[in-house]
Amino acid sequence: MNFKLSALAAATALALSPVTQAGEVEVLHYWTSGGEAASVNYLKDKLASEGVSWSDFAVAGGGGESAMTVLKSRAISGNPPTAAQIKGPSIQEWGELGFLASINDVAERDNWDELLPSVVSDVMKYNGEYVAAPVNVHRVNWLWANPEVFQKAGASIPTTWDDFLVQAQKLKDAGYIALAHGGQAWQDATVFEAVVLGVGGPEYYQQAFVESNIQALDSDTTRKVFETFGQLRQYIDTNSPGRDWNVATSMVINGEAGMQIMGDWAKGEFTVANKQPGTDYVCVAAPGTSGSFTFNVDSFAYFAQGDADKTSAQKAMASAILSTDFQEVFNLNKGSIPARLGMDRSAFDACAHASMDAFVSSSQTGGLVPSFAHGMAVSEAISGAIYDTATNYFNSTDSAEQGVQQLIAAISAAQ
Amino acid sequence: MLRYLERSLPRLVLAPTAIAMFVCMYGFIAWTAGLSLTKSRMLPQWEFVGFDQYARLFANPRWHVALDNLLIFIALFIGISLVLGLLLAIFLDRKVRAEGTLRTIYLYPMAISFVVTGTAWKWILNPGLGIEKLVRDMGFSNFEFRWLVEQDMAIYTIVIAAVWQSSGFVMAMFLAGLRGVDESLIKAAQLDGASVIQTYWHVILPIMKPVFFGAVVILSHIAIKSFDLVQALTGGGPGYSSDLPANFMYTFAFSRAQMGLGAASAMVMLAGVLAILVPYLYSELRTKKV
Repeated sequence: MNFKLSALAAATALALSPVTQAGEVEVLHYWTSGGEAASVNYLKDKLASEGVSWSDFAVAGGGGESAMTVLKSRAISGNPPTAAQIKGPSIQEWGELGFLASINDVAERDNWDELLPSVVSDVMKYNGEYVAAPVNVHRVNWLWANPEVFQKAGASIPTTWDDFLVQAQKLKDAGYIALAHGGQAWQDATVFEAVVLGVGGPEYYQQAFVESNIQALDSDTTRKVFETFGQLRQYIDTNSPGRDWNVATSMVINGEAGMQIMGDWAKGEFTVANKQPGTDYVCVAAPGTSGSFTFNVDSFAYFAQGDADKTSAQKAMASAILSTDFQEVFNLNKGSIPARLGMDRSAFDACAHASMDAFVSSSQTGGLVPSFAHGMAVSEAISGAIYDTATNYFNSTDSAEQGVQQLIAAISAAQ
Repeated sequence: MLRYLERSLPRLVLAPTAIAMFVCMYGFIAWTAGLSLTKSRMLPQWEFVGFDQYARLFANPRWHVALDNLLIFIALFIGISLVLGLLLAIFLDRKVRAEGTLRTIYLYPMAISFVVTGTAWKWILNPGLGIEKLVRDMGFSNFEFRWLVEQDMAIYTIVIAAVWQSSGFVMAMFLAGLRGVDESLIKAAQLDGASVIQTYWHVILPIMKPVFFGAVVILSHIAIKSFDLVQALTGGGPGYSSDLPANFMYTFAFSRAQMGLGAASAMVMLAGVLAILVPYLYSELRTKKV
């Protein structure tokens, strides 16, 4: 029965996507670095074989900030691109403004509801209809460690935040920088997020930092979060302000520093430096978060087009993005894991396997939570408020209580 | 016909510029003022909410940091630039040798954009790369100079870089002013037995009052719209401790999707500029009439 169903699905898929499909997709994205650009080219070639031409509209810089500014001006002037790299709650904001096109027929045909975990598919839908296609899943709560440094310092890789402070002190005493960190607001927020999840657990995380529940925020847990976060100040080096994340990663690679808390894109830096997971570097969940998974999903949202050719090209692109071969190629390049479940995983490395396992298991236990540091959980206004508080607190000598009050004030002001 | 053309030609020639001015300056000022009264978030939405955005603006701690920083920056930047520029001008005016070369050296920073200035000073002030490392390598291992990475001091690094950039320009203004002072007045003062310092203080500087005024106006509007220097030098950090209002406006309007709030902060900045410019223009126009 199952076989028949899938055969039927495959047949309809073939029928619905004729080879002679004409049309063009204009795609706004900010994937311009080496590995990312290679992945985009793969998608381009794949679409070309289906008769869809690709007009590249790459806007580099600022983690997508410049791209979003361009997108806004294009949308206001009534000439949006066919697809644009938008993620998280921003998809809802664009949906509310009435710019997005439904790609629900493709999603139904290709069975997206079964391929995607519901936390991911919910983000892709506006008013119950798919308006965007997910490309990958990044896990943000990783701890990258250099085992050689740990061995020399006689420390062990920490699994809780209390243990982290003990081990970090050992590293510091042995003359290493315990935590490689770049003092930029988003990196401060990334570490803060790991502390929130590790100290408070996923349920607290969900209430306080996804639903912005003031009662949950005004609690002893939040105080403990700020206390732990504040103690990390002493384990980073004084030159950290303004440092880029990949520079911090290289400090772990060349043994200057013991560890870094960063999403799985950091793996690319280790790979480029010819380091092997398990021996040259270790990837484990950030302290206290082994059963949890903060996700950061990149996706393409589709803008309503007047032209029927463009609409069908758009749908071909959406379908190609969820195809197994694209998901594999793209995610091998990017260091993330495929957004669709149940794919062949032999090509991926140990860290990716760990990430995939955690993704599946945490989606069942409720430990799968959106990353607020990477714009997946709350609106830009609220995530901005959290950014401001986290970075301001981390760079000051404020007490935990002051941190809590600042956070509550900032979040209430942004709501 | 010809006479008509002759009479209206100046107006015709000026019309395109005037229209462009009205649309691009006053039109957009009005547009921003309108936006600041709406609930616009990611894109302009014309749903009016009165002065809500202004209330939210002044409830935002980051805005207050930016305003305080602006006050510190304006006071120090203008003060130090004026004093340094004036001293340089006076020294150069004492008929030193190679004045032309020296003048060029002092003026050169002016030719560099704020982005380059900011980046260069970022390296110079970075504790691991710049002055601190240099002095430590010379053997003073306890030397500390790390304003760039200290929350309370970061704004002063912006003052340093901005003064470095602009005091040469102030010097040029004062030098031109000094050259315009009538020699006979100085001679007269010397005959009366005034020392050099007394001559400058009581005779020359009072004559140069308009130059002071011009310099202050030019420097203060540079200060209020400072954006690129902060972006390049500190990125507003550590945290947001060295934010200036222009950086606040950009962040909230464009990357934080709070366009209404950003517009409100832009209007407050405009009010700040007007508070300086209007009295200046008023006094200028009044003296013209007399």
